[in-house]
Amino acid sequence: MAARLVGMIEAQGLTKDYGEKRAVDGLSFTVQPGVVTGFLGPNGSGKSTTMRLILGLDAPSAGDVTVNGKHYRDHPTPLHEVGALLEARSVHTGRSAYYHLLALAQTHGISKRRVTELIDLVGLHEVARKRAGKFSLGMGQRLGIATALLGDPSTLLLDEPVNGLDPEGIHWIRNLLKSLAAEGRTVFVSSHLMTEMALTADHLIVIGRGKLIADTSVEEFVRRASGGTVLVRSPQASSLRDLVLGEHVSVTSTEPGLLEIGGLTAEQIGETAATHGIVLHELSPQQASLEEAFMELTRGDVEFKAGETASPSVADGVAA
Amino acid sequence: MSSIPTVIAVPRLEQPGRLTQARVAVSEWTKLHSLRSTRWSLLAATVLTIGFPLLFATILSTRANPLQEHRHSALEVALAGVNVSQLAIAVLGVLLITGEYSTGMIRATFTAVPKRLPVLWAKLVVYAVASFLLMLPCVLIAFFGSQAILGRKDLLQISFTHPGVARAVIGGAVYLMLVGIFAMGLGAIVRNTAGGISTFAALFFVIPPLLNVLPTTWNDAISPYLPESAARSIFALTTDAHSLAPGPGLALFCGYTALAIAIAAVLLVRRDT
Ligand SMILES: Nc1ncnc2c1ncn2[C@@H]1O[C@H](COP(=O)(O)OP(=O)(O)O)[C@@H](O)[C@H]1O
Ligand SMILES: [Mg+2]
Repeated sequence: MAARLVGMIEAQGLTKDYGEKRAVDGLSFTVQPGVVTGFLGPNGSGKSTTMRLILGLDAPSAGDVTVNGKHYRDHPTPLHEVGALLEARSVHTGRSAYYHLLALAQTHGISKRRVTELIDLVGLHEVARKRAGKFSLGMGQRLGIATALLGDPSTLLLDEPVNGLDPEGIHWIRNLLKSLAAEGRTVFVSSHLMTEMALTADHLIVIGRGKLIADTSVEEFVRRASGGTVLVRSPQASSLRDLVLGEHVSVTSTEPGLLEIGGLTAEQIGETAATHGIVLHELSPQQASLEEAFMELTRGDVEFKAGETASPSVADGVAA
Repeated sequence: MSSIPTVIAVPRLEQPGRLTQARVAVSEWTKLHSLRSTRWSLLAATVLTIGFPLLFATILSTRANPLQEHRHSALEVALAGVNVSQLAIAVLGVLLITGEYSTGMIRATFTAVPKRLPVLWAKLVVYAVASFLLMLPCVLIAFFGSQAILGRKDLLQISFTHPGVARAVIGGAVYLMLVGIFAMGLGAIVRNTAGGISTFAALFFVIPPLLNVLPTTWNDAISPYLPESAARSIFALTTDAHSLAPGPGLALFCGYTALAIAIAAVLLVRRDT
């Protein structure tokens, strides 16, 4: 039994230029095992490029990135170190899902039995012998997940894994990512959607225009970036207000029985209410404002060309 | 699926195996035989290598005028298919590499084998062995089949043990194998199907006849050393003053092939995917 699952990704000043274009700009971060780390940034911010650099598919222009202490290519059992789902399709359209997985498995002497186990796990049993070129986007993503899991890797890199999935598939992926992290694996998953990350990730690495904007827990990010507004409706609104009010917590009320609480998560408010027997009729985190906050945070990094000092206050505020 | 489990248990791998060159070769063999395009190309090569000589022999043996037979030689008939089937073999050689780039499969391949070069070696060895093992029986069937057909009219008979005949017939299969891996090298250099096939066609079908516009002495000085003519000397029974002997021809074409592969290897390691 492979007990060692502890893995870590460490980037140091990672930089990638494509001609004149700097896609990744001096990124330094560490991805820890045991939690889901979200890799968040608007489209074009350099997430996919960073993933390719980690795998050695592209070579960095400057800086360095290691997985479990080594360059990825120097590991004797690469697929056991990292499993990857890339954003761009990485399957020969003329080959069946079964043979695609088998060919990759054989490079590491992984058995046919494991290939079929994984096909069953991701729910591709019925189409496993069909040409992958005929797969829908969602089926392609499932095949990509099976590919990533082939080597029982200690680290998973997943680039926008929920793209093209139906709600059921998205839910399944979230549970899978959490399960993998709970087993002690390093899970690094990218998205351009803050709301998606808020639901899946424990920790966040946020980039804009190739640069690090924030490296923080999701809770912290939510609190700092969105002002943490949660809408609460309760017949005992005033009691709740007195209970939650504190140094970092703001409460506003536009009508009786309705509170907008900043600085606490919905979970924290719900638990406080439960402990004190307060009835809640509504408890809704303002997800829209979360997405807005994220866009606000990264806007400077999307729009401005000479962005080095464009939004220092925001960067400081969040990275702190 | 009725409900989604909260905890999804990924089956653990009992014995994670090391990445080895031999395992990469097994993987490449799986890739080779699991594509329809491979099966069609190899079927085409088989049919052409055997079919052309048999057709050629049949046509000759039904001709009334025996004078015409002297324009042809027994080996020319037996190896007539090689000239055509080389295109199928070369196209497949290019495709086995460029197909991975056009579909994005190369990223999965290089994630599994991040040192990359083992993939190139494995592809070359697997394709060389597969094409030679398939083409060898084809050229033998083509030789003995065409001889049998011509033999009914007692035309163009030559013994397999006649000096140079076995070498030329087996040389036909060697030629096809080398053309295949030469094309594979071109494919790995240009990484694009249309570009790879055009480069091969230019080197093998366009440039050689173009040289005929040169003054004869120049043409005679250059032509024998082109990849195509060097390679063809492998299965030529007789050599004239202006072509290389089989040994040097084989050596020169192996040199061209090694050069293409060496360039491909350097680029493979350096380039982003
Ligand atoms: N192979 C490439 N050649 C040229 N430019 C590239 C290449 N890959 C990415 N880029 C550019 O680098 C930037 C970052 O892209 P990418 O890493 O795909 O961002 P993200 O995944 O965050 O959307 C973009 O401006 C993109 O156009
Ligand atoms: Mg991307």
